[in-house]
Amino acid sequence: MNQSLLRTLTNHTILILGTIFMGLPVWVAFMSSTHAPETLFREGLQFWYGGHFFETYTEVLFVEGGVMKKVTATKMLLNSMVLGFGFSIGKVVISMLAAYAIVYFRFRLAMPLFWIIFMTLLLPLEVRIVPSYEVVAGLGLLNTFTGLIVPLIASATGTFFFRQFFKSVPEEILEAARLDGASPLRFFIDILVPLSKTMIAAIFIIMFVVGWNQYLWPLLMTTSEEHYTIVIGIKQIYQVLSEGGELPQFQKAFALTILATLPPVLVVVIFQHWFVKGLLESEK
Amino acid sequence: MATLSLSDVNKRYDNGAHAVRGVDMEIADGEFIVFVGPSGCGKSTLLRMVAGLEAITEGEIAIDGRRINDVSPSECDVAMVFQNYALYPHMTVYRNMAYGLSNRKVPKTEIESIVRQAAATLRIEEFLDRKPHQLSGGQRQRVAMGRAIVRNPKVFLFDEPLSNLDAKLRVQMRIEIKRLQRSIGVTSIYVTHDQIEAMTLADRLAVISDGRIEQMGTPIELYETPATTFVASFIGSPAMNFLPARVADDGGSITLDEGPVLPIPAGALAAHAGRALTLGVRPEHLGEEGDDDPVASLEVELIEQLGADTLIYGRLAEGGEDLTVRLQGVRTLSPGDTLPIRAPWRHLHLFDAESGARISLG
Repeated sequence: MNQSLLRTLTNHTILILGTIFMGLPVWVAFMSSTHAPETLFREGLQFWYGGHFFETYTEVLFVEGGVMKKVTATKMLLNSMVLGFGFSIGKVVISMLAAYAIVYFRFRLAMPLFWIIFMTLLLPLEVRIVPSYEVVAGLGLLNTFTGLIVPLIASATGTFFFRQFFKSVPEEILEAARLDGASPLRFFIDILVPLSKTMIAAIFIIMFVVGWNQYLWPLLMTTSEEHYTIVIGIKQIYQVLSEGGELPQFQKAFALTILATLPPVLVVVIFQHWFVKGLLESEK
Repeated sequence: MATLSLSDVNKRYDNGAHAVRGVDMEIADGEFIVFVGPSGCGKSTLLRMVAGLEAITEGEIAIDGRRINDVSPSECDVAMVFQNYALYPHMTVYRNMAYGLSNRKVPKTEIESIVRQAAATLRIEEFLDRKPHQLSGGQRQRVAMGRAIVRNPKVFLFDEPLSNLDAKLRVQMRIEIKRLQRSIGVTSIYVTHDQIEAMTLADRLAVISDGRIEQMGTPIELYETPATTFVASFIGSPAMNFLPARVADDGGSITLDEGPVLPIPAGALAAHAGRALTLGVRPEHLGEEGDDDPVASLEVELIEQLGADTLIYGRLAEGGEDLTVRLQGVRTLSPGDTLPIRAPWRHLHLFDAESGARISLG
């Protein structure tokens, strides 16, 4: 057996093992979600299709559940979408504008301000969660999307990435635009934003997944079930399911998990294509 | 179409660097001016001040008599071609050229005809739908010029536009720039550190050193009567030879330090008897032929055959000063040979030994 074939085999074995390791839990969750609650209760996790796909998923998606019986998975997915998109788009817009101001406008204290923004990395949400909660509560924004999203969208990481990117844009482009009569706003919209496409896609992907997976903050902020996100919903609904005197509805919890993973996966798949294309074209 | 005047223009940066020092200049309508000087001499800064991209610390710049110190770059009515082209990478060639016009609210149909016309002039019509990264360096440079032309500016500014191109393309683009400027007749300023570009393009050129204009004039004026040793060494290739010398006490000859004595026409240097000099003579004027008597001989050390010319590097047999000689045609010489040197009086340049300023002879 020659050397390169051996290497190919080894590489593929490692990759296949990795894929199984990563993919198996998802597969098991999906398969288990298609079984009847009795099967799961008696036999544990299932590795093959159980025939109850449509029943389980229609019930989860369209029949109200939870303590108050007020919320469906569709509604929770929608809430998560609002949070995910609001969070990621908000972060991209805010951090781009912040970086634009820091890089292109010579104002006093620009550097200290940037480092102050940067230092907020040392104070993640969990550290400031009590004061943040108090501010939002004081403004009467509990159980609103505004209260859910706005306190999260300031982003030191995003600002930093955009700052580094803007600094790499040749200064002559700015000068050419100034000679071409572009106002600061026009320069931003016509030139910087299109040039930042790949950066925007990258930060959007990361931030969407982070926003979608937010747990602690939405848990504190939302007390009414209509504002539950799907990530919280899994936990809450599972709790209800197991506390009632009936048979635990594990298949629903699995179905919710599968539903909760789908949108981030889709976003990554769609935007990654975009992101890679942007990198390959290398226009700058 | 415009005149440009700079009066006592100064640039000081916040860190105290004095980049441009008291520049005065009058540029006539349609004139092609070249700023030439070594890197860091302030020539680009001066150009950017005209463009309105750098603030003017002191002094005044006026286009057609209108002071532009505090006018925004887009309203100065100048167009600039940058060294790295500075095209907008995400826009097509057409959009690159149209961008400035659409910012000025020129009607779409008018933009279309202006851009197409400029593209025809520059022979880039077939690239209008391409993006800059699909073009070669020379094509990008044409697009950059197109972007400048469509604006129909009063003044064209070029900031070392050819330095990113290879040698052959550079010569070709140089000719095209010259032709373009002639045909449009726009007042232009061109910055370069390449003295050949400067000599070939300029109506008048300004040699800049350390933020000051050392000398300004036509290329031939600067070649024939350089005002300082700096200008003399900068203009002409290979560079002028400089030798320390002294006028004899009787004013009748020039003595090179530890070297040969050069006879001079009677009375020419009577007023400068005994003065210490720097004697300058261009390599192409140290010919071996001519009516003049040889004044020295050169020990050949190195020969460069250029085909049309031969460059000979060597030392003076007396005194040992390094000297470069340029002879026409192909020469068969080898290291160790001796070459008679003639230095005709009319081709000698005399500079003050201390200040480097030209000593003019009545």
